[in-house]
Order: sequence, then C-alpha cells, then structure tokens
Amino acid sequence: MELLVASSVGLMTAVGVYLILRLRSFPVIVGLTMISYACNVFIFASGRVVAGLPPILSKDAAAYTDPMPQALVLTAIVISFGMTAVLVMMALGAFFEAGDDRVDLDEEGAE
Amino acid sequence: MMSHWIIAPVVLPAIVGAFTLLVLRNTLGSARAISTAATATLLAIALYLMWGASHEGPEAYFLGNWPAPFGIVLVLDRLSALMVALAAFLALVVQLYAIGTGWDAKGRHFHALWQFQLMGICGAFLTGDAFNLFVFFEVLLIASYGLMIHGGGRDRLKAGVQYVAYNLVGSTLFLLGLATIYSVTGTLNMADLAAKLPSLPQGDAALIRVAGVMLLMVFAIKGALVPLHTWLPATYAQAPGPVSALFAVMTKVGAYAVIRLYTLVFPADLPATGPLFADLILAAALLTLAVGGLGVLGARGLGRLVAFAAITSMGTLFVAVAQFTPEATAAALYYALHSTLAAAALFLLADLVLARRGQWRLAAAPRIAQQGLIASLFMAAAIAAAGMPPLSGFLGKLLILDATRGPWLAVIWSGILISSFLVILGFAKAGAVLFWKSHADATPPAPHAPQPLAFVAVGALLAGLVGLTLAAGPVTAWLSTTAAELHDPAAYIAANKLGGQ
Repeated sequence: MELLVASSVGLMTAVGVYLILRLRSFPVIVGLTMISYACNVFIFASGRVVAGLPPILSKDAAAYTDPMPQALVLTAIVISFGMTAVLVMMALGAFFEAGDDRVDLDEEGAE
Repeated sequence: MMSHWIIAPVVLPAIVGAFTLLVLRNTLGSARAISTAATATLLAIALYLMWGASHEGPEAYFLGNWPAPFGIVLVLDRLSALMVALAAFLALVVQLYAIGTGWDAKGRHFHALWQFQLMGICGAFLTGDAFNLFVFFEVLLIASYGLMIHGGGRDRLKAGVQYVAYNLVGSTLFLLGLATIYSVTGTLNMADLAAKLPSLPQGDAALIRVAGVMLLMVFAIKGALVPLHTWLPATYAQAPGPVSALFAVMTKVGAYAVIRLYTLVFPADLPATGPLFADLILAAALLTLAVGGLGVLGARGLGRLVAFAAITSMGTLFVAVAQFTPEATAAALYYALHSTLAAAALFLLADLVLARRGQWRLAAAPRIAQQGLIASLFMAAAIAAAGMPPLSGFLGKLLILDATRGPWLAVIWSGILISSFLVILGFAKAGAVLFWKSHADATPPAPHAPQPLAFVAVGALLAGLVGLTLAAGPVTAWLSTTAAELHDPAAYIAANKLGGQ
C-alpha cells in the first residue's frame, strides 16, 4: 500500500508540474489542482499509512490512527478549493478582458 | 499581562471587514470612516502590545484555552509586536492615500478586503504555530488577490492570474514542508519544534533538511528572493498604487517568517541542519542584489523601476538576515522598517506620476500638474531607497555593513555598495527623464485635482523615515534587545508552557 500511495503522489505531482508550465490558463489551473491533490494525499500519509483503524475514541478499538493529519488535510482541502475557485474567476475575467487565455504578459503589460 | 489584547489585531479587522462587507457595501462614505477608524485603533492596540512586550517579555495566548502544543497559540514578543505596529502604521497612511486619490471608489469592497488583508498580516506575525502560519498566509493572500485586481483592466487581470498561480504553488510547497515536519516530529507548534528538533534521531535529519528547504522556498517567494522573485515586478507594476504600497509589508512577512523560524526552529547550531539555510539565504540574497540592481538600471517603465528597487532592498535585508548574529539581525530589523516605508512612499509617488502622465514608460512628455512638489518628494524617497545620507537608508546599510563578519565580508560589502550605486543611477536617470526633460516642452500641464490627502499620506511616510533617522539611537537599542531575544529564545519557548507547567 505504501508503494501505491507514494507512486500516486509522485505521478500526480509530475503531471501537475508539467501542466502548470503550459502557456494557457486552463491547463495551469488543472495542473495546480493535480498538485494540490498530491499534496493532500501526502499530508494524509504523514500520519503513517495504516488500514482499518479509527482516528477518534471508540470503546472497542485496539489501536488508533493519527487524527491530526486528517484535521490538517481538511483545512488544506478547503483552502485549496477556495483558492482554485478564485483563480478560475480571475482567469475567466482575464479571458473576457483580453480575448485569449494565455498566461504570459505581452510587451505592453510587462512595462 | 496583555492577555486578550494579543488576539485583538486579528479579531478587530475580521469583525470590521465582515461588517463593511455586509452592512456598508453601498455606502462608501461610512465604509471609509469606519475602516480608517478601525485601522487607527489597530495601530493604537499594536503600540500598546509593543509597550507590553518590551516590559513583560514574550507572552502566549492559548486559543480556546487548549494547552500547547495541542491547541493553537498566538505568541506576542517584541518582534511580532513591532511588525504588527509597522503593518498598522503603513496600512493607515496608505488607506488615507487611497481615499484621497479615490482609488477605493474604482471597484467594490476595497475597504473590506483591506481589513481582511490586515487580519492575515497581523495573524501571520502573531501566531506561534506553523500550520496556523500557513492559514494566515492564505488569509492574507486571498485578500491580496482581490486587492491586486481592484479596478480591473486587461493587464492587471493577466498579471493577477500569474500572481495567484505563483502563490498557489507556494502554498502547496508550504503544506508539503509542514507535512514532512509533522511526519518526523509529530508537532507543528514552533516552540515545541524548537524543543524537539535538537534530539532528533540521526535517520530523520535528511527529511528535516528537505522540509526546511521547502519552507525556505515558500518564504523566498513571499520575500522575492532570486530566483523566486519573478512574480513581483509585474504584480507591483500592475496592482493599484496603494495596494502595491501595502504589499511592501507583504514581502516583509516572508522576511519575518525566515527570521522567526530560522532563529527559533532551525538555528545554525542545530546538528541536523547546521549552517545549510544561512548559506542558501546568503547566496540567494547576493543574487537578488545583482538582479535587483540591474533591473533598476534596465527598467523601461517607472512601475518596474520601483519594483526592482523593492527587490534590491529585499536582497540587502536578506544579506543581513543570512548572517544570523544578534548584531546583523538588529541591523536587518532596522533596515526592514526603513525599506517598508521607503518602498511604500515610492509606490505612492509612482502612482501619482502615473495618474498625471497616463503611462508608465520613461520617456520625455509634457510637464505634469504639481510637478515641483512630486519631483521633490520623489527625490527624497529615492535618496532614502538608494541608501544615501542623510536619510535612514544610509544608516540601515551602514549598520548591515558594520555587522558583517566572516569569509564573505568582501563579497557582501561589494554586493551592497555596487547595487546601491546601480539603484542611485537608475533613479537619477528616471528622475531626469520624468521631471527635467519635460521642461523642454512648453505645453502647459494638463489640469489635475490637487488631492491634498494623498500628499499628506506620502509626507507621513517620509516623516516616518525622518523620524527613524533622528531616533536611530533609541530604535537600534530597542532592536538590539529584540535581536538578542530572538537568538536566545528560552523565554519565547517558556511562554508556551509546554508540558503544562
């Protein structure tokens, strides 16, 4: 299971990095989403990978998994979701103002 | 005992921001009055906290009364109180500028976003928990996204998309670094980390080094250290003038986080990391000086010129930070105060020039309204930013040069002096083109509203620089104690009452 988690984090990060280096805003946004998924799985794994153990108190539990990364990942998901929504709105605004969705600045904008 | 006052700099802007957004969204006049009054109150609270922190030492505020390291703590010490006061002063002055020039009327929700921005900045300065630092970074970022595109326009939105994308990558790196630290130590409370890291098992040293470098990259993005500075020129040149001026304190959030975490959690005598971070910061800071200086010299527009001057000042600041000695840290803090005010004054003046010329390009054009006044203020701000006597930039750079020790002495001295020369050259060229060459054109300047409040705001920033110069003795004495406290964080750690003492 460790191999599966690790390789999925690696693969999603690689795909994300490739996509954010593209020139158009849509692939960039998808790439950022991929990286934040990879990051969420990574945070989840930082409390060690265990199967079938409860994170909160229960009477018949033999052992517990670390509940802290679950709280952290929840915060991270909410924040990255909100940030992505803001980015989509701004990219849409830039697309309607400029008529194209290229992310680089042209000569005039770069002055 | 400062007790509940410690959380006031976070709660006050949060309440006023929400109130402005919900109740005052259609009444600009009362939004202006209440938002400015709130920022002034914030400044008063910050000064009271500064007084308390210098008399009673570090004090922790336990949110929900959960003991550290299980709950989140805010920790007030001299450094955090100083940074909150700096942010509040800058925000108050720049807010007056925004009202005086009518920038806040060019889009919606300016004052609500302003308050949320202050909430994030103050929270980032006060928090004693690394994950909470991430959350406050996001609060200040999401407000800054809104402020950056305030007023709209094609180029501003395009630069805004780049700014947001860059910072989202930074946030993800931040999370990855924090998760790595948590997986090794099982805690994210800064004082607890400082207590646990020295006894780290040998096998985890590599992981903690990776995490430290990832966090350093995040703060380097915020602090515009080369090679992670590329978001800054376009953002600062395209953002509304008052917003760029407030952003002068956002780069200092990066510098603050470096000073805080790399003196408390990753000090140079930590066996797992050693001087790794100091070496990385010093190399990046020297590169920043070079890129910033050349950028000032090569800028074709006033906005980018001022942005690259801000990058150079961050390079100078990080050269001092990288030495991690009490003397150099005190010099860095003095220079941070100075460069925040100087950069903000320059951005406001650049905005005044842009409003009258209608374009950024540094080329001869007819005279502008109030040319004499703007030109003299620009000269004073440029002297301060370049580090020429008699203003505080000179003293700040002198303190940094004086505090420099070690094998890199010659490189650091030449780096700072040559970059200062390039900045002087760049500003002299820009001032000559903007203000002198226009006299060749006999056309009378186009009329423009006098905007007295805007000039009062710029004057207040320059008065702050003069005050910093005149009071340099007491200020540096206070900052030396602050730096000594940072390099001997026993009192800071004890304030967290770890283990329930």
